[in-house]
Amino acid sequence: MIGLYLEDIEAGRVVDLGSHHFTREAIIAFARQYDPQPFHLDEEAARNGPFGVLSASGWHTAAGWMKCYVATNQAAEAALRAQGHVPAPVGPSPGFTNLRWLKPVTPGDTITYRSTVMAKRDLNSRPGWGLVFSMNEGFNQKGELVFSFEGKVLTPKRPQ
Amino acid sequence: MSGLLHYEDFPEGLVIPFGTYHLSKEEVIAYAREWDPQPFHLDEDAARHSVLGGLAASGWQSSAILVRLAVDGFANTSAAMASNGMEEAKWLKPVYAGETLTGRATVLSRRVSTKRPEMGILKMKFELMTAAGELKVEITGIQFMKVRNP
Repeated sequence: MIGLYLEDIEAGRVVDLGSHHFTREAIIAFARQYDPQPFHLDEEAARNGPFGVLSASGWHTAAGWMKCYVATNQAAEAALRAQGHVPAPVGPSPGFTNLRWLKPVTPGDTITYRSTVMAKRDLNSRPGWGLVFSMNEGFNQKGELVFSFEGKVLTPKRPQ
Repeated sequence: MSGLLHYEDFPEGLVIPFGTYHLSKEEVIAYAREWDPQPFHLDEDAARHSVLGGLAASGWQSSAILVRLAVDGFANTSAAMASNGMEEAKWLKPVYAGETLTGRATVLSRRVSTKRPEMGILKMKFELMTAAGELKVEITGIQFMKVRNP
């Protein structure tokens, strides 16, 4: 996460990840490929659907988080390299828990994401690595929480 | 509407097999370019030398493929009403470019909403696997489903 090694990551740290804008065209294109339910594809069908309005697939909202997370990490890593440091690479993630879609994301919405470090621990199965737990959130332009999940990511320790 | 499956058609323990999904190298790279541009999702050489051991889909893409299989497998032939969340996702093994995937859904438990008697709440497990049965992704979560006779 943002080029930091396990030792340098502390619970409570908040990382702003930036924003992603959701257009009607992008909502429909994503849904057509991965989540072609009528209320993600078509205004008329959406009117009778669960939200009464065309809404993005929840997996599109999640993809927006990932895009912002990767961009934030890559910018932080580049800044560390420019200062002559060797950034910690982002490790793989074994999954997530408690993902929530609290409000629909609709055409024209801009979602601003952030990640808060909740905890970290050593990984006994993988010497030199730990696991970082985070609470991740997405807010719309009205400041309403629309999306959240608890993530975990393998993070390397500082090379000895 | 009457032809659609409803809450009553999803008893606890029901297993719904899904169709197949071929994941091309081009699709892995296209998704990664847009949503998860890390080298091991973008570049075969970088991927071979990474912990994933080969060009692999973003975990979010693997999840989205499982969603697509579920939509085609039951959501679009039923009175499905979206979902408000997923309790847990396990990205157990990398999903590699060129693999053909399948999956299934299992109804773990179910109840009718007390506040909205027209709405059923299915707790489901979704599994993504290869044709040979190697489990790749497991997601547990809620699927809302209209009750036929509330």
